Amino acid sequence: MNEYKKVLLDPLFNNNPIALQVLGICSALAVTTKLDTSAVMILAVIFVAAFSNLSVSLVRNHLPSSVRILVEMTIIASMVIVADEFIQAFAYDISKQLSVFVSLIITNCIILGRTEAFALKNPPLISMMDGIGNALGYGVVLLFVGFCRELFGSGKLFGMPVLALNTEGGWYVPNGMMLLSPSAFILIGLFIWAVRTWKPEQVEED
Amino acid sequence: MAQQDSVKKIVLVALGVCLVCSLLVSSVAVGLAARQDENRRLDKIKNILRAADLYSDGVDVGKTYAEKVEPVLIELSSGETVGEDQFNEFLNIENFNMDEVTNHPEYGEAIPRDEDIGGISRKPKYMVVYLVKENDQLSKVILPVHGKGLWSTLYGFLSLNNDLKTVSGITFYQHAETPGLGGEVDNPRWQAIWKGKNAFDESGGLIIQVLKGQVDPSSPNAGHQIDGLAGATITTRGVDNFVKYWLTENGYGPFLNKLREGN
Repeated sequence: MNEYKKVLLDPLFNNNPIALQVLGICSALAVTTKLDTSAVMILAVIFVAAFSNLSVSLVRNHLPSSVRILVEMTIIASMVIVADEFIQAFAYDISKQLSVFVSLIITNCIILGRTEAFALKNPPLISMMDGIGNALGYGVVLLFVGFCRELFGSGKLFGMPVLALNTEGGWYVPNGMMLLSPSAFILIGLFIWAVRTWKPEQVEED
Repeated sequence: MAQQDSVKKIVLVALGVCLVCSLLVSSVAVGLAARQDENRRLDKIKNILRAADLYSDGVDVGKTYAEKVEPVLIELSSGETVGEDQFNEFLNIENFNMDEVTNHPEYGEAIPRDEDIGGISRKPKYMVVYLVKENDQLSKVILPVHGKGLWSTLYGFLSLNNDLKTVSGITFYQHAETPGLGGEVDNPRWQAIWKGKNAFDESGGLIIQVLKGQVDPSSPNAGHQIDGLAGATITTRGVDNFVKYWLTENGYGPFLNKLREGN
């Protein structure tokens, strides 16, 4: 049981795919201007990571190594299309805002990385846990970045006004830079700094 | 390991995976299609309402549409309204499918190359437009417009006030332009710039223009010019071209003239 807990929780802070391995940055920049798009993106990534790890693990003993990556990509791509179809059916407005970024989960290094590094060598259930864990690690960063960007960029959280904006007679002047992608870089940098201050063993040797 | 990598095994695994994945993907796509179509229909209605400034958060989209908006089928070349007695499988309001009508040998037509500034190569001969009425008076006309941007064809609505000169709003409901650059056609702040701009001058000549770059507010032309989108020159040029195309004689020109006479 301990092992399951470890693969599930380790990627949150100890081995965070974004903060430590610096993977999956592209979508972390693109979808985090608002918390609701970030949340839907996280759910999609959890779904895709969990089920592609599970499926790859199920067929791992029958995979010829020469077509290994092709098979993994096919499985991941199918899972992404399934997730995309569901978002279009149940969260149409958000699917329009996420536009291409759901489909781009296919190219998210975290997912292919986990199927290669973990699911190929481990049994199905624990592989699925590993997928969920890494997607959650990705999610933690997305939520943090989305929280800061939405709060300081548009004075809202999940679309609800929190800070009174000056355009609507309030006191808060929104920080426009927070709505642009570079701000996500800065926030991710701050996140990495905070995690490494808390867990100094993650600091790389010069 | 040798057995794992035999050609037979490779082909078998590849085929198997593809079969399972395609079954999964197609069953999900088919299973959710109805719901997605309904979403798309509501989204289209919402965009029609937004183009005419009838939409705000929390409005019952279906109800407002049914109360205020009257769809009309028109023949583009003459500007005449098509009566219900002439409706058929393709020509009707309820299930008007622009793509099908456009590609129909009789109801669609090719656009001569030198006239095709919107980059759409074919157009329907008939179109559904939307009239907004208040107290039985025409208050706005909503016209579907589409044309080529950088990567994709943009589909949207342009609405004119009842003077049939000034723009009341513009929206896009479908496109695949670069998010953040050409995709900014969806930005409400950019769309708000269109409001109140003069599409036509006093003599009815088309003057609306989307610039590359910013409009000089002190210029005498500022009343009919719209800021281009930064970093999206080709999308901007596309929007400029197809808005012009649809507002002139090849598009809704005859229909707008009929409406003007009627007023």
